[in-house]
Amino acid sequence: MSTPAVTTPSRWRALTHHHLFWPVAVLIFLLLVNVPFTPDFFAIRMTDGHLYGSLVSIVLYGSPLILVAVGMTLVIATGGIDLSVGAVVAITGALTCSYISDQADQNALAGVFLAMGVGLVAAVVCGLWNGFLVARMGIQPIIATLIIMVAGRGVAQLITDGQIITTNSEPYKFIGGGYWLTLPFSIFVVAAVVAVTVALTRRTALGLLVESVGGNAEASRLVGIRSRRIKIMVYMFCALCAGIAGLMISSNTSAADGNNAGLWIELDAILAVVIGGTSLLGGRFSIGGTVIGALVIQTLTTTIYTIGVPTQTNLVFKAAVVIVVCLLQSPKFRAKVFGAKGARTTAPAEPATPADAAPEMEVSR
Amino acid sequence: MSATTKTRTAAEGRTPSTAARLLGDQRLPVLVTAGLFLAMYIGGLSRYQNYGFGEPQVFLNLLIDNSYLLVAAVGATFVIMSGGIDLSVGSLIGFTTMFTAWLVERQGLPLLLVIPLALGVGAFGGFLMGYVIHNFEIQPFIVTLAGLFLFRGLCLVINKESISISDSTVSSMAQTRVSLGLGELSIGAIVALVVLGAAFYVLHYTRFGRRVYAVGGNEQSALLMGLPLGGTKIAVYTLSGFCSALAGLLFMLYIQSGDPLHAVGMELDAIAAVVIGGTLLTGGSGYVLGTLFGVLVLGLIKSIIQFEGTLSSWWTKIATGVLLCAFILIQRAMTNRKQT
Repeated sequence: MSTPAVTTPSRWRALTHHHLFWPVAVLIFLLLVNVPFTPDFFAIRMTDGHLYGSLVSIVLYGSPLILVAVGMTLVIATGGIDLSVGAVVAITGALTCSYISDQADQNALAGVFLAMGVGLVAAVVCGLWNGFLVARMGIQPIIATLIIMVAGRGVAQLITDGQIITTNSEPYKFIGGGYWLTLPFSIFVVAAVVAVTVALTRRTALGLLVESVGGNAEASRLVGIRSRRIKIMVYMFCALCAGIAGLMISSNTSAADGNNAGLWIELDAILAVVIGGTSLLGGRFSIGGTVIGALVIQTLTTTIYTIGVPTQTNLVFKAAVVIVVCLLQSPKFRAKVFGAKGARTTAPAEPATPADAAPEMEVSR
Repeated sequence: MSATTKTRTAAEGRTPSTAARLLGDQRLPVLVTAGLFLAMYIGGLSRYQNYGFGEPQVFLNLLIDNSYLLVAAVGATFVIMSGGIDLSVGSLIGFTTMFTAWLVERQGLPLLLVIPLALGVGAFGGFLMGYVIHNFEIQPFIVTLAGLFLFRGLCLVINKESISISDSTVSSMAQTRVSLGLGELSIGAIVALVVLGAAFYVLHYTRFGRRVYAVGGNEQSALLMGLPLGGTKIAVYTLSGFCSALAGLLFMLYIQSGDPLHAVGMELDAIAAVVIGGTLLTGGSGYVLGTLFGVLVLGLIKSIIQFEGTLSSWWTKIATGVLLCAFILIQRAMTNRKQT
């Protein structure tokens, strides 16, 4: 499967090629599946100066997931995981909406920005807490973030007093439901966050440091990388992304629902990261892969709708995707199922993954 | 992980301070939880005595209302003790309620046939997850996450709406109460106590129990000692699947309906109960009786909130989170102590 990869000069390039090839192939396949059912699936039309079409809506509805998944990618790259993003989405939405709805003039820009600031600060504080538990206290990431996952929804309901808080703020509505330059504004927010993340991780040494910490935190510390600080930062960034996603979700519906906002988004986000080719063991990541992974999930959801399969089977499809993707990522599975033939064709990718992965398994599970 | 072996600090010949000895004692978290339970119970007594909090039945109701959680948490204890995690618990409970309700109500199968069928399906689901985890070396977290999606999806495939159960066997079983003199227990609570007793025996007095501890303590060492690593791991997930299905049956009995959204997130309650009960999340150390106290503490939070009346249900989540956090930090302090 990596025949073209063999010809490229360096192994790192070969790997990125390998990582992005399959997610893109799956995405294109899923998009094409829609065509027989919706012949004008790829058509984009202009109405009232806004672009409409299936492709636009996939990106629009997938925006919060892309944001959360991008943050999650960096956390997973450090060998961690953040289960609390769904709760952070709910907390941010709840705080922001309750601040806006308390204001006399809900359309006042200053008030809306202040409310958003409060929401985002709360999100970052959640991230700081997660990072503190993981990096300072040395608690396993699954468990450390489980705390906010459990308590966070309670806090969100406490903020909204168990109600669904609605807002009538036009400026706030703009983030999740507004249009700018003919496209949904959410897409610009996502593009900006992705661009900043890529720039920070690939144009500066930050990405390298994150990968180094994920590869071996102790070794990184010994060569002088402040691995604890990097970890805390990464959790804060992840929570910030979740917070922005929370603003987007609550703004789109003009309401904050402590119970259901961002429900199960952590699972979808992890799924997106895995589909995107980032190893759950840490040490290596691909933001591009994650974005495509999130789009794959959103396209899968849309496809299930358009094909006319009952929407309830959505979860079964997702389960099947998780299983297939994970099995394909497992070197042991490939060796057992594809045997000698598979081992030969996947050879270029093999040496890197198990060698790095095996010792890491010991520490982070 | 290796820091969690069963050596007692006191037995090592050093003369640690009382505090250090206390912190190093494996039983500390269980004792803390038991103490917490007592304190909460006494607090409840002093506050709501006039509302009948002191009745023995209030205490027995804790077992009745949380029987399914106890069974699920016992299964989760085995998994966590072996160093793994099972996120499919809640979904499997939901699926079992849906599956049994559908078979009994829509297909007209007798309950006595449906019960072993449901248990078999649960155990098989757990077996499959364990098989994939062991044979393909995929993290338990991600495999059981797939299980979570799968079983929740299958619930919805069976039916989107809830199915209420009017079967006479189910309702008579649900209403049966066994008198204990002081109060009454439901069949569910008795099943849960039997499961707890069986788990206690298996974990602390059988070869399999030792293997679970050994695998959780240090997988490599267990393997080098010649323990059947794969068999133990697969058995642990099979057991967890079985317990989840049994918990699903009890939940179905308790609530007398099948609903695709039953028990959403209950895996977290189960994990929280196990952790609060003092089982180390890294595996290899803990007591199944601790899990009982974990479940009782969570149950008591709920009943105190009910008695309080003014407190809303979300305080349960917050209190669970705070307790979870406190106990994780205690665990951390304990393992740190041993590493140094």
